[in-house]
Amino acid sequence: MTQEKLGPPTAPAVAEPPRAWTRSHLLDVDDFAPAELEVVMQTTDAMKEVLGRDVPRVPALRGKTIVTLFYEASTRTRASFELAGKALGADVINISAGGSSVEKGESLIDTVRTLQAVGADVLVMRHWAAGAPYLVARHLQAAVINAGDGAHAHPTQALLDLYTIRNHLGDVRGRRVVIVGDIEHSRVARSNIWSLLAMGAEVIVCGPPTLLPAGLRSQKASRPTVEENGREAMALPPVQVETNLERALEGAEVVMTLRLQKERMQGGLLPSLREYATLYQLNEERMSRAQTGALVMHPGPMNEGIEISPGLASSLQSVIEEQVTNGVAVRMAVLYLIARGTKQ
Amino acid sequence: MTTLAIRGGRVIDPAKSVDTIADLLIADGHIAEVGPYAGKDASETINASGLVVCPGFVDIHAHLREPGLEHKETIASGTRAAARGGFTTVCAMPNTEPPIDSAGMIEFVLRTAQTQGAVRVLPIACITRGRVGKELADLAELAQVGAVAFTDDGAPVADAHLMRSALEYAGMLGVPVIDHCEDAVLSAGGVMHEGWVSTRLGLRGNPAAAEETIVARDIALAEATGSHVHIAHVSTAGSVSIIRQAKSRAVRVTAEVTPHHLTLTHEAIIDAGEAPGGLAYDTNAKVNPPLRTQFDAEACAEGLRDGTIDCIATDHAPHAIQDKLCEFDTAAFGISGLETALGLALTALSLQEAVRALTIGPVRALGLDARIEGLGTLSAGAPGDVVLVEPEAEWTVEPETFASKGKNTPLAGRTLHGGVAATIYDGRIVFDGR
Ligand SMILES: [Zn+2]
Repeated sequence: MTQEKLGPPTAPAVAEPPRAWTRSHLLDVDDFAPAELEVVMQTTDAMKEVLGRDVPRVPALRGKTIVTLFYEASTRTRASFELAGKALGADVINISAGGSSVEKGESLIDTVRTLQAVGADVLVMRHWAAGAPYLVARHLQAAVINAGDGAHAHPTQALLDLYTIRNHLGDVRGRRVVIVGDIEHSRVARSNIWSLLAMGAEVIVCGPPTLLPAGLRSQKASRPTVEENGREAMALPPVQVETNLERALEGAEVVMTLRLQKERMQGGLLPSLREYATLYQLNEERMSRAQTGALVMHPGPMNEGIEISPGLASSLQSVIEEQVTNGVAVRMAVLYLIARGTKQ
Repeated sequence: MTTLAIRGGRVIDPAKSVDTIADLLIADGHIAEVGPYAGKDASETINASGLVVCPGFVDIHAHLREPGLEHKETIASGTRAAARGGFTTVCAMPNTEPPIDSAGMIEFVLRTAQTQGAVRVLPIACITRGRVGKELADLAELAQVGAVAFTDDGAPVADAHLMRSALEYAGMLGVPVIDHCEDAVLSAGGVMHEGWVSTRLGLRGNPAAAEETIVARDIALAEATGSHVHIAHVSTAGSVSIIRQAKSRAVRVTAEVTPHHLTLTHEAIIDAGEAPGGLAYDTNAKVNPPLRTQFDAEACAEGLRDGTIDCIATDHAPHAIQDKLCEFDTAAFGISGLETALGLALTALSLQEAVRALTIGPVRALGLDARIEGLGTLSAGAPGDVVLVEPEAEWTVEPETFASKGKNTPLAGRTLHGGVAATIYDGRIVFDGR
């Protein structure tokens, strides 16, 4: 047993954040350049190496305090960030909206002021309201990492999905990626669209019109949707929209299916789970239209038998478990890149 | 007798198609004379050369928040904001706490305005008791003590049967019913216009159709009853076209548009320059009805020009800082609008169009000239309400200088053209910005 075997005691696998990284917050990946995504991918490789060691820890963020502030329950994302922070030697404090002052009607801004006083270096936050981390980033000196805001963004999920895809396919340029399901309410889909497009993939979103975002679905409406100044074209991602899953899957190399929330039926957006499964369930038969060996992905937690067939979920094509494993490495990379920039 | 002369200004009085250099004399709180040499011997004289002299502005849609919400605004602060914006008459909306749904409440507003107000306040009463859309308030009694219109603004009457009854009953009284047109089921959860910006921000959209379906319903009911319905804060191109068709059939419908719906779009919510992540989520641009597209804003301006829309109304909706300094979803709806109304109106309209839309337009829309003779004009005998406008003045919006308690505006830092030089109410100078 030697020091070498545990890895260098102080140096992380990557010595200094590469120059392409200048961000102090991770709010979304919508404005990421390919070079920045490359930095995250390479740093994740290094973190995966760390996680493969006998003692999967480096003290890269020793002395840093990471606070996770979750206004929505999420065991897996929070656990993933906590593991990532501890693997880098940081102190991790968890605050949930239940069981703390947050519950007693304290405003988000007051909570932020408290965190400022506590001396958090990095705030990892999940919130049910789109844009909440943007508000916090404006008022908190610490770095903010968005762990999911309403139906808006979930950047670390998009980064781990990109990492998983690249592990299997290499370069994603020109690859056909299909995202199936409740796009309207999915922050996972929205963030994935941006990072995949930035890396040159062809992105198709597929679902019933009632589950497609208004800005993407109203193409047939008589009301003009393109603004006079042409900003809409710049601001909305250039994805293809397809309501027929069979057609969408033709030639796909990656298929990502999304969790269907049962509330969508009460909301009048869908007739029944049975009809949804008939039209949009990803199964072995439908996957035969995709390219042989196409990857099957799901951000979890799955409703097996609804958006995905049990057989396909556990098939060789499925990389769903790998997504979870890569989640910790990607979050280590993000925490490392972001926290290194915060003041000592 | 005190007399005030305003000399050498360009007098614009759209009611009489006047646009000329003239003097104006106010005596005993009323317009005495307009002409080339009016008021040579007045006890006080204002030199208005280089300024535009027009009737005091009339706002038929303002939330003064008193009683109950005095941390957002009071009748005292709201009427000072009005004076600063050139308004000499404001109609106070009844969504206070408790709501203005009884004679006693109307009397409270009138009494408070009398003792603390800087300008004239005309109260609007609820359509339904408690503003909950279940049963009619005592409309005749409310009209008798001074309610100039009825509305459940902010909580639109969903029940079409009740709306029809309200129109029939109010028609008997000769009082208009104002509706905030919104199908609350269709717009449920919506915090901004449904379109590309809401998609981009992941925010729930309020579709244009949620307004248009109720505009169409109200017009059908006005046509069926022969009563007068006034459509508050029109925000969509579709609403403008539905109202235009109704007016061509001589349906008794009038309509207003806010300065912000004429000039701003949903892009105000996403834009912020230096915001982290590049997305502003600007809660100060959160308003109901929501800011919509350029296409809608232009249709509203066109509607105002061709007479489909009768007037501008501010929908002044002041809020406390903490009501806006929060998540976009939880932020209050509304813009503090009295003090930027003229500047925005002049962004979209010519000077003559803007003055018409702020004076005789709103007066005729609600029939206020039947209550106060000459209101919104400079006719002899009209109230001594005058505003002096500096049309070319360039100024920067600084919310901290607002007289309103509500500093909530998406225009902070914006340069506007057209300022209020002075406001005269009842023959007295109530705001002097010269
Ligand atoms: Zn309203």
